Amino acid sequence: MVTDYKALKNGGFMRQVQKDLFSLRLKVVGGNLTTDQVRVIAQVADRYGSGHVHLTSRQGLEIPFIALKDVETVKGELAAGGVDAGVCGPRVRTVTACQGSGVCPSGCVDTLALAQGISDRYFGRVLPHKFKFGVTGCQNNCLKAEENDMGIKGGYLIEWLSEPCLFCGICAKACREGAIRVGEDDLALDRSKCNHCGRCVKSCPADAWKAQSGYLLSFGGTFGNRIAKGEEIFGIVTDLETIYRASDAALDFFERHGQPGERFRATIERAGWDGLKKALIDRGLGDQAPNGQATGAQALGE
Amino acid sequence: MAAKKDLPEPEAGVDVTDVVCPMTFVKAKVALDGLEPGQVLSIRLSDGEPIRNVPRSLKDDGHRVLGLTDNGDGTYDLLVRKGED
Repeated sequence: MVTDYKALKNGGFMRQVQKDLFSLRLKVVGGNLTTDQVRVIAQVADRYGSGHVHLTSRQGLEIPFIALKDVETVKGELAAGGVDAGVCGPRVRTVTACQGSGVCPSGCVDTLALAQGISDRYFGRVLPHKFKFGVTGCQNNCLKAEENDMGIKGGYLIEWLSEPCLFCGICAKACREGAIRVGEDDLALDRSKCNHCGRCVKSCPADAWKAQSGYLLSFGGTFGNRIAKGEEIFGIVTDLETIYRASDAALDFFERHGQPGERFRATIERAGWDGLKKALIDRGLGDQAPNGQATGAQALGE
Repeated sequence: MAAKKDLPEPEAGVDVTDVVCPMTFVKAKVALDGLEPGQVLSIRLSDGEPIRNVPRSLKDDGHRVLGLTDNGDGTYDLLVRKGED
């Protein structure tokens, strides 16, 4: 029997140490599965696996010890239960996300909706090498946005309202960047220090901080054989359409300039950060100036 | 705009400087449980983690933070009006 391991891998079957046994990777978006899906997965793991599942490092789920002869049956039973196979190899991988503003009090954006949108748009798209997206809801960065080839981090664009302000100083205490100074009856905000964490907004007892949700985008993160932090090239963006224009530009750039087996970071460094920056500017990045804040290109870390 | 001097007299007080997060919030919550909605509690807090988190947690729970007084010794008095249950 000739086994097309590449085809199996494309379908999420990871070859195991044990001959003719595979660990089946499942499709998960933002770390969420319904209980119906979990039940189907449990049944399949009992029937065709070894009665356990593995939680992967990126919110994925795998069913190990699936025999080669059962591969098609297993896929069929999972699909009938609303569970799709995941992907491996040189393509857009599982889109990860924290729970975001729908669940977490710290969240500034709806991470799960965005992760779903990104996954619907790109999941499985073939590229020179793997490509990972991660979405985190705030500066706490539980999801580690900058580990990803493209990371998205939620934040707030803030504006102080003098009328409702109690001048209690709680926001100044909540701010970890030292961007706010509160006097007896005045308040000063140093925007150059603001990192959009939104702690002032969340802590204010008088709703004296107005917030608009925004997204900080990072590019070129990788955390495997080589470790490099994704770089923010532009300032905070405030609409989903701009995110998708940026991700379209990043993937197109990788497709055009990447060599087979080369991670996005290596492509950017070989083709030049300026090239990626230009590709992003060509799609309209850096044009926005929400709340009068400059979002022009920032100095790139070398 | 409300000035700091307009703060009301509290009906009760609790000192949470002897515990750490999340017990600071729990201790404040227990103290609020003993009050009627609309009554005011004064909470003595330490600088750092408690002052960053407790006011926000109380707000998220539906209570009304009225003001903060710096005692100048690394502690603060937070005035909170109990919200509806």
